[in-house]
Amino acid sequence: MTVSMVKALNDGLRQALADDPHVLLMGEDIGRLGGVFRVTDGLRKEFGDLRVVDTPLGEAGIVGAAIGLAMRGYRPVCEIQFDGFFYPAANQIITQLAKLRHRSAGRISLPVVIRIPYGGGIGSIEHHSESPETYFAHTAGLKVVTCATPHDAFHMIQQAVADDDPVVFLEPKRHYWTKGEVGPAPELPLERAVVRREGTDVTLIAYGPTVPVALEAADVAADEGRSVEVVDLRSLSPWDITTVRASVHRTGRAVVAHEAAFSHGFGAEVAARLQDEEFHFLEAPVVRVTGYDTPYPPSRLESDWLPGVDRILNAIDRSLSY
Amino acid sequence: MAHAVQLPPSETPSAEPPIQLLDPAGNLSTDERLPLDPAAVDLPALYRDMTLARRLDTEAIALQRQGELGLWPSLRGQEAAQVGAAYALGGRDMVFPTYREHGVAWCRGLDPVSLLGLFRGTTLGGWDPYAHHFNLYTLVIGAQTLHAVGYAMGLYRDGSTGSGDPDRDTAVLAFLGDGALSEGETNEAFVWAAAQNLPVVFFCQNNQWAISAPYSVQSRIPVARRASGFGFPGIRVDGNDVLACLAATRQALHQARTGGGPTLIEAVTYRVNAHTTADDASRYRTAEETEDWTARDPLERLRAHLESAGALTDEYVTDLEQRERDLAERLRAGCRGLADPDASSPFEHTYARMPADLRRQLREHLEFVSTGPQDGERT
Repeated sequence: MTVSMVKALNDGLRQALADDPHVLLMGEDIGRLGGVFRVTDGLRKEFGDLRVVDTPLGEAGIVGAAIGLAMRGYRPVCEIQFDGFFYPAANQIITQLAKLRHRSAGRISLPVVIRIPYGGGIGSIEHHSESPETYFAHTAGLKVVTCATPHDAFHMIQQAVADDDPVVFLEPKRHYWTKGEVGPAPELPLERAVVRREGTDVTLIAYGPTVPVALEAADVAADEGRSVEVVDLRSLSPWDITTVRASVHRTGRAVVAHEAAFSHGFGAEVAARLQDEEFHFLEAPVVRVTGYDTPYPPSRLESDWLPGVDRILNAIDRSLSY
Repeated sequence: MAHAVQLPPSETPSAEPPIQLLDPAGNLSTDERLPLDPAAVDLPALYRDMTLARRLDTEAIALQRQGELGLWPSLRGQEAAQVGAAYALGGRDMVFPTYREHGVAWCRGLDPVSLLGLFRGTTLGGWDPYAHHFNLYTLVIGAQTLHAVGYAMGLYRDGSTGSGDPDRDTAVLAFLGDGALSEGETNEAFVWAAAQNLPVVFFCQNNQWAISAPYSVQSRIPVARRASGFGFPGIRVDGNDVLACLAATRQALHQARTGGGPTLIEAVTYRVNAHTTADDASRYRTAEETEDWTARDPLERLRAHLESAGALTDEYVTDLEQRERDLAERLRAGCRGLADPDASSPFEHTYARMPADLRRQLREHLEFVSTGPQDGERT
């Protein structure tokens, strides 16, 4: 069945609600309106307002209350309306949600999912296009995942809800309306990366919104006679270095692409680990192609600011020039 | 040059006298807002637990001074507020404390030694929050008020509030200090609790000081009055009067359990000691102020009442003194007996199942630790 990512997420959440009466959705405008991106469209009508909860306008409240609900045995799925709005909830996410399992020596389990539409490329205004993934990935106790296809969206959201750890679920909003085939079963466990395209010359590592861009770049590179392998990380914490390592063993080269800022970005983690553990397999330094160390720009500038096909091709050229 | 902005005068606490059922001289009175039959309350038991809570605190301070604890937040002066509130709880009611509710923990039946681990550095938690329906201490100011709200949402969804069945109906008691009222998260908790009519009681021990900042820095009106702005009742009681604290909490918890929604209780009290053992209260408040409040000691007034009622028999006093000595001994021995955690413990329970990368880091760390310090490298 071919559906949009929004529909796949909607179906995934419907399935999660139907499977377990302890699952509930909460967030701003998710009930009557169905969410500003309509991800929860129709779910309130189907499951009622105690399971699809329109919350007061307060992000700390959404996450803080989810913690208490989880302590009472529920599995809350929180929606933060936009990436740039999670900051008021950061305290609850970082000091409470991430830590309570450990602080309680495993007695408190917080199976909370925090869904966040994230990333740029939709021509939006300030605070609506950010890539906050490393704030979460840097915090012990959280899992951080992001889907790039409707198939993954449908299955990964259900895997995230079933997971006993808090999961930050990042949804690449510019691909919400991209359609794709949704198969009956998840390909892999939530934490595993997947090779989206096989190649022999260079490994291109991407996740979330950058995966379709990476695949397009690989297509163009193929026209130029270069064979690019594309790895979709899917999970940033924990991250699947095993799959990346195997790919780099095949190609000897790695390029990492993401929208978040260059310095201290996830690409830095990938580059550091590869040079530390796979130094002898590398024929070139790991190259990063990312957003810049600036605030996200006004949308009239975003098409050049974001790591697009041309910038990724330049990075591949650089890697291959060694 | 900055102009002084002319503000209307703040409302002083005396503008709204707190409800009192037991005065500083130990005399009982009545107040129609808080009906309570003192004959139906086990006053000697209240006195016993207030005395033991104070002893627990005194011993912990001594242990900190001896270098056995890194830090201790003292409860001295707040025994009536804590023990009074705790005595109103039912067994199923869930408590969300700050980091100073040692008296509540004691009344909930926690092993008092388990309170010390957090402050000794052997644990980040130290007890099973579900065993006694007493959550782990929360160090981030106000964060627990939202957990209480979420737990109350769960009670409502479970049908465990307002069911009409007293064996089923349950409520949540969240503790906070006056400083927490300035946190956005506390105000969000009030918004949620009010709008959803949740079975949660917010018990604010207004001990006048948020470390060095007086209450006037937080607010221009009394704590209890702030509740009306959110749409639920606030009640102001003498926090050094254990009967007023008990009666107010009992009434508010009953209302919450039976579907009547939240209440904010302000227990007007005083933190006799510094914020923690690391704080120097003489830098920000006068000795006269502390003396004035110490004269309103919550234990003294209950003792005065029990003495005048002839309830403090020699046998009772002897027994209580023995219990105090036993508790002190148990704390001293228990504290020194708290084992250092295993080197692997920071890695455990960070996730439900340890990720592969964390297993690798654990292996490396254990290998490093097992080699022990090298000569001249580490001491």
